[in-house]
Amino acid sequence: MQVHQQASEHSDAIDLMVNMGPQHPSTHGVFRLVIWVDGERIVKVEPHIGYLHRGSEKICESEQYNQIVTLFDRLDYVGNLNNELAFCLAVEKLTETVVPERAEYIRVILCELNRIASHMLFYGVYGLDAGATTPMLYGFRERERVQELFESVTGARMMHNYIRIGGVKEDVPADFEKNVRKLLGDLKKGVEECDSLLSQNEMFLARTKGVGIISGDDALDYGVTGPALRASGVVEDVRVTDPYSIYERFDFGIPVGSMGDCWDRYFVRVEEMRESIKIIEQALAELPKGEISAKVRRIVRPPAGDVFIRTESPRGDLGVYIVSDGSDKPYRVKVRPPSFANLQALESMLKDTYIADAVLVLGSIDIIMGEVDR
Amino acid sequence: MKGHYIITTRTMRNNNISSKNETQSSSVAKPLDQKESELLKNLKLAFAEFSETEVSVSLDMVVLRVEPARLLDICESLKSNQKFLFNYLSCITVVDYEEQEEIFEMVYHLVSIDYHHKLAMKVSLPSNSPVVPSIFKIWKSADWFEREAHDLFGIQFEGRENPLPLLLYEGFEGYPGRKSFPFHEYEEW
Repeated sequence: MQVHQQASEHSDAIDLMVNMGPQHPSTHGVFRLVIWVDGERIVKVEPHIGYLHRGSEKICESEQYNQIVTLFDRLDYVGNLNNELAFCLAVEKLTETVVPERAEYIRVILCELNRIASHMLFYGVYGLDAGATTPMLYGFRERERVQELFESVTGARMMHNYIRIGGVKEDVPADFEKNVRKLLGDLKKGVEECDSLLSQNEMFLARTKGVGIISGDDALDYGVTGPALRASGVVEDVRVTDPYSIYERFDFGIPVGSMGDCWDRYFVRVEEMRESIKIIEQALAELPKGEISAKVRRIVRPPAGDVFIRTESPRGDLGVYIVSDGSDKPYRVKVRPPSFANLQALESMLKDTYIADAVLVLGSIDIIMGEVDR
Repeated sequence: MKGHYIITTRTMRNNNISSKNETQSSSVAKPLDQKESELLKNLKLAFAEFSETEVSVSLDMVVLRVEPARLLDICESLKSNQKFLFNYLSCITVVDYEEQEEIFEMVYHLVSIDYHHKLAMKVSLPSNSPVVPSIFKIWKSADWFEREAHDLFGIQFEGRENPLPLLLYEGFEGYPGRKSFPFHEYEEW
């Protein structure tokens, strides 16, 4: 009681320091957040990262180009194919390789499916963060369908190593088109079901509306990208504004929020799943026959030079910077992970919210620590 | 205030936000398109007075080479000048050329969300005293990227007192990002 009175007399007095993590069910990895609270209000937060630092960028310098694809799988382990694609695009740009049409379409179909799987995981876990257990069961059910298809195509559920420099590893199985069509039908139903289950739930709205607000300018200043940036009303999607692969051939929508609160960040992702389905439908209709890989030397030796490529991973703007010295190993590889920059904005989002909302705000950025720490 | 809405790619492309022509494959480096040549022209005009500043092109990227002493002025101008509006700092990379030329090269990748320009800005630092002004005050996203560069490469940032380690633990000795860091001295077990 006495402590409480003192705190209210001096509003700048700090009650308590709360340590959240490194092991905490809602931190999506090993992430530590030190929170200073005044009563229940958050005064200051200090994120601590690096628990999962494996030196991926440094390991890349001692591996050949083809071997690095597997390392990129392990950065964002929920959006593996998008990561593989980013690296392969960078090397292809450096070596001026023309990727066959069929490979481009297969890549786009799989990457968009991966985006849906990733957002479904977010959907389920975010429901859990808010205290609802059911969404997780639905989210994981839908994600499982996508994983099954990945297994039939790439042979692995998560670490695929399927997208290779110059194309893809092998052609898709004969029943691929049939399977994807069936999957899309299921997913459409699934997204609607998930949406109706959680999005307009009154308790969920009360927990997420108006919580963790960040303005578009602030978000941009912090380097926030992807769904988190679009939720703040900034129209920026690398697939459209700086197109790579064959994305400029497809018509799809870019969901944009207005408030930049947790609900917007959540709902932008739900809408994005619908748009991804549209892209896959178009790509599947146009899927050409032909080669699945360009003629690439077994040991890739790009000419000396540097290249920077931006792609839109499920979490945001994934950049890859490669410096080549003409040998079979890169001189320097730098990954610009979207979660790393998005996490910086947490400080601004959490300011003046209540401690009970910390988990919800953190969950709404959808971080993957494998990518943050590298 | 506008509510939640979906903007279609067709509207965006019609607004000429993305003016790239369809080519057979986008993975092949194309010659500079119109907006990038314009950026190149504007950069040359704006920084003509700084004699040390050098503008060049590599693949499809416009590269601006800057002296460390000029960095802050140029960054301010890149962010606020109406012709550039580089409002988003994508990433900061350190490339270690200590063995060849005794320098560290800082590469800043900038993107303009309004114009959809991108630019690489390169700064060379002597490897015996790698000190560069901090651009944290201009773009907040530089914060963690600078701390990472300090952790892994030992770059000192003027204007920021000793930053806490970000990726490594406190008390870690040496700079593991550098080529000179002993990396393969252990044996396979």
